[in-house]
Amino acid sequence: MTALDLARIQFGFTISFHIIFPAITIGLASYLAVLEACWLKTRKPVYNDLYHFWLKIFAVNFGMGVVSGLVMSYEFGTNWSRFSDYAGSVTGPLLTYEVLTAFFLEAGFLGVMLFGRHKVGEGLHFFSTVMVALGTLISTTWIIASNSWMQTPQGYTLADGRLIPMDWLSVIFNPSFPYRLVHMSIAAFLSTALIVGAAAAWHLLRGNDNAAVRKMLSMAMWMMLIVAPIQAFVGDLHGLNTLHHQPAKLAAIEGHWENTGSDGTPLILFGWPDMEREATLYSVEVPRLGSLILTHSWDGKIPALKEFPKADRPNSTVVFWTFRLMVGLGFAMIALGLWSAWLRWRGELFTSRPFLNVALVMGPMGIVSILAGWITTEMGRQPWVVYGLMRTADGVSRHSVLELSISLVLFVLIYFAVFGAGIGYLIRLMRIGPVLNEPREVDAGGPGQGRHAMRPMSAVTESADALDPSRSS
Amino acid sequence: MDLPFIWAAVILFAVLMYVIMDGFDLGLGILYPWFPAKEDRDVVMNTVAPVWDGNETWLVLGGAGLLAAFPLAYSVVLSAFYLPLIFMLIGLIFRGVAFEFRFKAHEHERHFWDKAFIGGSIAATFFQGVVLGAYEQGIPVVERMYAGSAWAWVTPFSLFTGLALLVAYALLGSTWLIMKTEGSVQEQAYRLTKKLVWGLLAAIVIVCVWTPLMNPGIAQRWFAYPNILYAAPVPILTVVSAALLLLAVAKRSHAAPFLFTLALVILNYVGFGISLWPNIIPPNISIWDASSPPQSQGFTLVGALVIIPLVLAYTLWGYYVFRGKVKHGEGYH
Ligand code: HDD
Ligand code: HEM
Ligand code: HEM
Repeated sequence: MTALDLARIQFGFTISFHIIFPAITIGLASYLAVLEACWLKTRKPVYNDLYHFWLKIFAVNFGMGVVSGLVMSYEFGTNWSRFSDYAGSVTGPLLTYEVLTAFFLEAGFLGVMLFGRHKVGEGLHFFSTVMVALGTLISTTWIIASNSWMQTPQGYTLADGRLIPMDWLSVIFNPSFPYRLVHMSIAAFLSTALIVGAAAAWHLLRGNDNAAVRKMLSMAMWMMLIVAPIQAFVGDLHGLNTLHHQPAKLAAIEGHWENTGSDGTPLILFGWPDMEREATLYSVEVPRLGSLILTHSWDGKIPALKEFPKADRPNSTVVFWTFRLMVGLGFAMIALGLWSAWLRWRGELFTSRPFLNVALVMGPMGIVSILAGWITTEMGRQPWVVYGLMRTADGVSRHSVLELSISLVLFVLIYFAVFGAGIGYLIRLMRIGPVLNEPREVDAGGPGQGRHAMRPMSAVTESADALDPSRSS
Repeated sequence: MDLPFIWAAVILFAVLMYVIMDGFDLGLGILYPWFPAKEDRDVVMNTVAPVWDGNETWLVLGGAGLLAAFPLAYSVVLSAFYLPLIFMLIGLIFRGVAFEFRFKAHEHERHFWDKAFIGGSIAATFFQGVVLGAYEQGIPVVERMYAGSAWAWVTPFSLFTGLALLVAYALLGSTWLIMKTEGSVQEQAYRLTKKLVWGLLAAIVIVCVWTPLMNPGIAQRWFAYPNILYAAPVPILTVVSAALLLLAVAKRSHAAPFLFTLALVILNYVGFGISLWPNIIPPNISIWDASSPPQSQGFTLVGALVIIPLVLAYTLWGYYVFRGKVKHGEGYH
């Protein structure tokens, strides 16, 4: 293990933990806005019950997003100091805007959303929920702009060996930004829907059948049916864009080593890309399908890995598989959506045990796809940290293996303990399930109260003892 | 307009906000072992419950702002203090979640989160102090990169500043408790405060003697004519605040001890700034050398100037509404 490897593993590890929480924050915030809109429009109590149920989970999840994000904002300097010096004048402002917008949201609307139900009018409360949802998307926009700029940089000049932003619009709206923003936002929605659906399935399987639980499942499955195919479409466009701007990444994703003859490029379904032997072993191919998907023609050619110097090739073994994992799960989501539509039509959506079991198993798969997608994106752009401009090896801080090992071990131990406990707590909250027509006495929060927006987790009052179904029931 | 100057002010302000707002929070964590009874612990927690946690966002703003406005400083300082900063972050993770998980955990797990809360507070504070001391001692830079060793931050001076910050935050915590509580908790807070005041005053004196001895450049800055005239108010006000603080504790005032402790902390912060000004990477890289281009600083400043005042207003309002004492049995949840 070199120091560079360790620095990368550490960054990948901490950000992988972080992204889990924001993804759920983004999805749940919008889901809550929809629930509240439905409640205000129809006045059906289920929507109100569901709102209160998911609000608690949102609050705890949000808190963990903040804590894990704190680490991220320092890691650029601690681990990637030469990158920060080189490109900080471009990525720094984008990151600062992310913090400022998160700030703004925390300071105002989150407080009203979590605690202000009985203090402000319904309209204002709904407005706050919408603003929080919007805030998470704005925050996503900034951070994705920063990451996309690192993938497809533009709008800068180079002076004294450092980058200077010349045109902020072209920095932000860089070529891969729109695709990545849409793809990531949808990914957050899908992941959340899968979790909501799995929670509902779990309750139904245990015989805890009520209107709110059914509504959860139904909403989640409409989301699958409609949005999962859109995600595949967006993903396809994203891939075509990558082909244009990062051809080596695409070749690695496809495990495509060389262009031979005049025939079209096959699509390799499975295989084992071997970086040493420069070939994809044991491959199962469909002739010409690669050409068809990627160039939309019968014998179009795409760049092949051997056309790039060895030092410029991303690790095909990894991205080949992470990409297939993501796409495979994407198709599984589409299938789940179709199956749900079929069952819905036959009136068996809430009773089919095989379906409910599958929905339960699919619960975490959105998060798995997100992680797989990011690994594809990030490892596929190697060896560059700023594509075509700075190599990852030149961006890393000069730390010793000893230092990095100490910190990595600490991070791994502590993240699993702390966030493991937090995720366990989230799951326990989900197991209580929504409470119907819960009498909600005024539990005002906000400044002056024990519960406060600055501490989103304080929105939840349940202690684990009360949560444990074996003890409370 | 001198953008680097404005940005230095914004970042110094964000860090000061952090120190003021998180200082007494962390102090309570440090003092926790001296409040073993569960009811007392609950009162201690309740005094900060409404203002917890938002504080760390100032630290995030300081970090991100530093990257945007002074990327060189961000990259050098953060990589120079790699390990102590990681230790600090880990302390803050523990502290940040332990506070909430404590209330939510199973009864038999609670003691674990209590310990996480204490340990996290102590680690975060100590390593902040260490970084502060090591920063003041200077950072060797060659070709825009940190050129010292991985362990250069471990010096007698930095370890001392680490301890000194523990005392300072603990004092902020104990005087905060005097202001916010009554009865047995307040009594205990008075007892602790009496010891901590002398501890902090001793620490201040030692740092004031040690720093110029260690670093002739800083001695020059403070004592050469005419600087001494500009700088003089800082030590004078420090002595005055210290005297008033001792008096206030002796008279058993409620709010005054906290306010004078805050004054001491702010004065020390200003003094620290004077020692380093205008360098952002001591001993000799100035804010102008390290700044990002005006395109970056200007663009980011727009957002900062709009949003920071809003956040400030909201925060002040929160403290205002929350004024007054916290009593036993006033439930936190
Ligand atoms: C796609 C979305 C996304 C991605 C890729 C990231 N984040 Fe994030 N982050 C969010 C979406 C988000 C969020 C949804 O906006 C959060 C979750 C909770 C919150 O307050 O905002 C957040 C919180 C959050 C916070 C806490 C803000 C606060 O105090 O309120 C920080 C400091 C960061 N993030 C920093 C980062 C860094 C440095 C990242 C990359 C290296 C990063 N995030 C990736
Ligand atoms: C959106 C903001 C992001 C930024 C600015 C960013 C930036 C970076 C940087 C600087 C590196 C180090 C250089 C390298 O080894 O590639 C990196 C690596 C990595 N990132 Fe991202 N990243 C972002 C989001 C994510 C997310 C959300 C994930 C989620 C899983 C992720 C996964 C990874 C992984 C796994 C690596 C290690 C790659 C490797 O070892 O080759 N990134 N990223
Ligand atoms: C089903 C068909 C899908 C296709 C064709 C597809 C395509 C792609 C491609 C080509 C990339 C790499 C972009 C790059 O070059 O950097 C990518 C990245 C990613 N994918 Fe997918 N994807 C699909 C489904 C999904 C699903 C279901 C999820 C999650 C729920 C997901 C989440 C992500 C994420 C988080 C990234 C990294 C961020 C980004 O670059 O947008 N994808 N996807």
